[in-house]
Amino acid sequence: MRKTRSKLISTACILLIITLLAACGGNNAPATTNNAADPGAQTPTNTAEKTKVTLMVGNTGTALEALRHVAAEAEDKLNITIEFDIKPDGTEGDNLVKTRLATGDMADLLVYNSGSLLQAINPEQNFVDLTNEPYMATVMDSFKSTVSANGKVFGVPFGSSNAGAILYNKKVYAELGLSVPKTWAEFMANNEKIHAAGKTAVIGTYKDTWTSQLFVLADFYNVHSQVPAFAEDYTANKAKYATTPAALRGFEKIEEVFKAGFMNKDFLATTYDVGLKMLAEGTGVHYPMLTSALDAINQNYPEQVNDIGVFAQPSDSADRNGLTVWMPSAIYINKEGKNVEAAKRWVEYFVSPEGQEVLTSKFNAAGPYVIEGVELPDDAYEGVKEMQVYFDEGRTAPALEFLSPVKGPNLENITVAVGSGISSAMEGAENYDKDVEKQAHQLNLPGW
Amino acid sequence: MSTMTKRRYSYVFLLPAAIIYFVFFLLPTVLSFFFSMTRWTLTDWDFIGFDNYITFFSETALSIGFRNTLIFAVVTCGLKVLLGLLLGTLLTSSIIFKSYLRSVIFFPTLLSTIAVGITFSTMMHPSQGLINISLAALGLNGPDWLGNVKIALLSVALVDVWKGVGIATVIFIAGITAIPQEYYEALKIDGGNAYDGFRHITIPLSRPAMNTVIILAFIGGLRTFDLIWAMTKGGPGFTTDLIASIIYKQYQAGFYGLATAGNVILFIGVSLLAFPLYRFLTRSEVDQ
Repeated sequence: MRKTRSKLISTACILLIITLLAACGGNNAPATTNNAADPGAQTPTNTAEKTKVTLMVGNTGTALEALRHVAAEAEDKLNITIEFDIKPDGTEGDNLVKTRLATGDMADLLVYNSGSLLQAINPEQNFVDLTNEPYMATVMDSFKSTVSANGKVFGVPFGSSNAGAILYNKKVYAELGLSVPKTWAEFMANNEKIHAAGKTAVIGTYKDTWTSQLFVLADFYNVHSQVPAFAEDYTANKAKYATTPAALRGFEKIEEVFKAGFMNKDFLATTYDVGLKMLAEGTGVHYPMLTSALDAINQNYPEQVNDIGVFAQPSDSADRNGLTVWMPSAIYINKEGKNVEAAKRWVEYFVSPEGQEVLTSKFNAAGPYVIEGVELPDDAYEGVKEMQVYFDEGRTAPALEFLSPVKGPNLENITVAVGSGISSAMEGAENYDKDVEKQAHQLNLPGW
Repeated sequence: MSTMTKRRYSYVFLLPAAIIYFVFFLLPTVLSFFFSMTRWTLTDWDFIGFDNYITFFSETALSIGFRNTLIFAVVTCGLKVLLGLLLGTLLTSSIIFKSYLRSVIFFPTLLSTIAVGITFSTMMHPSQGLINISLAALGLNGPDWLGNVKIALLSVALVDVWKGVGIATVIFIAGITAIPQEYYEALKIDGGNAYDGFRHITIPLSRPAMNTVIILAFIGGLRTFDLIWAMTKGGPGFTTDLIASIIYKQYQAGFYGLATAGNVILFIGVSLLAFPLYRFLTRSEVDQ
């Protein structure tokens, strides 16, 4: 009887496991595809056997549309069909990417951030090493360093660079006779005049908490030019936001704007989309934001997009005036993908001058490109053209997240607290230092 | 067959349920205790002892989280009991449209919490929200319901009460209808009025129903997550963070070990509060 029982148990176990596995395997294939929206699927021009490659990408702005266009061209050239796998953006998307990688369920190609977010998903373990691909010679070094780990390069740039800056309404500037401020004091003086004219001087959109971080993040050019070793010391746990006056300024700037009452009345309940509307219509004049917002303005208010200008977040001295730059996202090839070879060929086409031409014809740049020979088109947004000056004069620095893997996850909540007067700039900086410490412990970084 | 084999034979029938219970309940529980002491990336872990717990307890936002969770649980539980009892009494008395009113009260319970949260956060917009526009029409100046640090948590608690009071009312209705009519008749003969009936018959005899409501509402309040996430995401800053939303943020950041430690803390915390409460309530029920 005992034998029978153990047999029964093992049979039951096996049955249970089989059922579980079958259930797991069954539902991932259809759930991850997006056939209906794939233009390749609707044009069965080529009758030869096509290789299918899956690509996971977010769906903000014109990026996806441009990518579809490249995919359609590539299908004719390479006989490779791209099957799009749309993911959400922001932390929601980060979560999904991490889970899909951990469960071995990742698409063949992934469009994902460069910099610290890439470092958090272990590129060496997950992605194909592209260091020795010939096309890498055309990619700018400043970009390559943000998609590298241990000296190996893992991604090719997707789209244009982007800057954290102050977007401003040029029409209102002309009406009020203002000029672009070179120092923080001038910026605050402009705010005062705009405020007096009955308009919102600084647009706050804290309902979408991520938008509250810009004053801190976009201040990094100023930090970097005063304390060049900050990024390195910060990664090594030797420099802190609260104890480095130049770094603390970012938090103080948020506080000063709040205390002066320059923000719109309901900034805690205002969303990013509403903020863009205010800027486009000129009811709000300054918006500390990423320049990719220009593309979003173009989608909703195409007539007004060229009224929007861009200037770097001012420092306390007119001698230091430069842009903090966000590198473009990148395309990575999944090591464990089903079609690594086809994916590699597709990426090669994508970065080739031909592929880039197709891409840039549909893509609205938010800043200069990082592949050699790819220039901004003449019809680039006015704001983007204003950025080019900073690039030409070499007055740019990458954002901290591209120089250091250390970035606390709670910055956006901390900056909301500082920006709505719940905590002071100093408290905010101290809280952020603690938040960063927690992240460093969890990533097991050396020196923490 | 001997009695022994018979007994074993009968165990076999328990096996499917036992396996499911083991794989989906017992095993994850035990594993969560283990993973709460690791640095965990889902594929890979290393053991770091109680570091996660230390980090969790030294988190500045956590003390706010504990306080907020308690306030939230007590406020929602208290209001649900009070309103549930009053509504239950009203809806068991002989009033017009009784069954229609019963379904109206119960209706919010059927809605998705996320939908309720999004709807109310729109209605609570300080200048364009329905609530403040209505108040303005009456000449009142409504507060910034979700932006004001002092009242944001209470605003969410009120929405939770609106949504949850239906369940409490239904439980009270069941409890009150179970009270024999003879008691009320005896009271009438003795010359008592309606208030006496409520005070000396309805309240004491609906005690079992009240205990159920208290336990359900209190535990529900302690582990609330969806409503707060839909309405404020713990903001502005960290002012409406509950323990559950803090834990979720750790998961979001990819700190799986730390988040698991938070869940273990929440589990222990809820047990420490809920079991004694249950004991206390059921004991005084027997004493009646």
